[in-house]
Amino acid sequence: MLGRRDNIYKARIKILVQSEGIERFTALVEEEFARLRGGVLTLPASEIWRIRDYFAPPEYDRLTNEPAELVNARDADAEFAGWLRTNVAPHKQPGYAIVNISLKPVGGIPGDASAEEMDAVADLADRYSMSEIRVAHEQNLTLPDVRQKELFDLWLSLKIHGLATANIGHAGDIIACPGLDYCALANARSIPVAQRISERFADMDRQHNIGRLSINISGCINACGHHHVANIGILGVEKNGEEFYQITLGGRADENAAIGKIVGPGFSFDQVPDAVETVVNTYVKLREDDEENFVDTYARLGEEPFKEALYAAR
Amino acid sequence: MPLVKDKQIVEDRWVHVADGEDLPLHGPVILSVDRWLADRESLVHRNGEIGVRLRNDQSLEDIAEDLYRFGMVALEFPAFKDGRAYTQARLLRDRYRFDGEVRAFGDVLRDQLMFMQRCGIDAFEVRKQGDAEAFEAAVNEISVFYQPATDARQPVSAARSRAVASWAY
Repeated sequence: MLGRRDNIYKARIKILVQSEGIERFTALVEEEFARLRGGVLTLPASEIWRIRDYFAPPEYDRLTNEPAELVNARDADAEFAGWLRTNVAPHKQPGYAIVNISLKPVGGIPGDASAEEMDAVADLADRYSMSEIRVAHEQNLTLPDVRQKELFDLWLSLKIHGLATANIGHAGDIIACPGLDYCALANARSIPVAQRISERFADMDRQHNIGRLSINISGCINACGHHHVANIGILGVEKNGEEFYQITLGGRADENAAIGKIVGPGFSFDQVPDAVETVVNTYVKLREDDEENFVDTYARLGEEPFKEALYAAR
Repeated sequence: MPLVKDKQIVEDRWVHVADGEDLPLHGPVILSVDRWLADRESLVHRNGEIGVRLRNDQSLEDIAEDLYRFGMVALEFPAFKDGRAYTQARLLRDRYRFDGEVRAFGDVLRDQLMFMQRCGIDAFEVRKQGDAEAFEAAVNEISVFYQPATDARQPVSAARSRAVASWAY
């Protein structure tokens, strides 16, 4: 009841906290909460149990980690081993694994899946992952409950459907918003930029050598592609009626979240793949060893070497 | 302006009396809170019923002690975008346990009726005749609620446990 009404733009909690002071505001909230507490909003225990049951873990088999089926296949097939490294994550349940299906084939549209591919994934989920598929914000699919001993069979099936691209968390795993091709808000195209960068890093061995790297593209400042928290972020803007792309470096969306920093003047549509490649090559040249990821090298050296590589020649 | 009470358009037995205007000798009157506070000493001796009207920036605390004297409290909704009177209604019912009429007046429109009812308002000075006639439909536009509120409607969790109980026995 204390909020401002004289100016609609100031009728906001942050303005009220500012004017009342955080201590008085906190005290008022606590006072109100003390009054409300234990009242009609208290959930009955039966309701809490009902919801808890709804989220009950599935019935897992009693299995052990690293079964012979997995170990033998991994030793025998280097390609399978590579896919395991990039696309499969550990599971809290012994003997199980989390499989990420990359929807980022070389040169493809990030996150696109055809009806046939969706049918195939649905069948595989029925067979290998307790009929569960999750769609991840990285624009990939996740099969959350796969038995480790069946990983090789699953991988073979995924390969047949062209869904075994081993690039999760790597340069080809680009997140892109729909961009100007589909979106009325966009200032610039996103998808074709993603496709060109993806083609530039088509060589999987090179992607694996580069290591973990996130590249996100947004076609406007609304940032649906989360470019601002990507290791390499690309933001489409419009300048004099033409598409332009700002590049940000050093963003991250992990437990050390950081906003990327604009590295310098923007690039034209045609220049973006070169610019990204220049940044990546600079990192590969300067990293201490294969273990040092792009963001770590960036954190250690700052933007200078990347800036120089990008703009020295211009 | 039509008054809706108990789901029907009814004759308003209350009379709004402006500040400075003489009180009628008999009958229920609605006075401003300011007038009540200023003339309290004489008003408590009045035989007719008294209701008070509040602007939405006036505090209920000033009249909390007197609420039992009032047959009704009228809350003003000056504009659609200003909903502070919803809070006053809930405070009247939940905190002060006021069981007389709580009336909405001002810019009272069809889209607000259901939310007003949920906040404990039970009389509505509806701006347009058509909205008043559509009252029943307006307050039943949504049939199931998650949130328990000040009206008598049961939240969905209650309906669910009833359903479970009838299935179990």
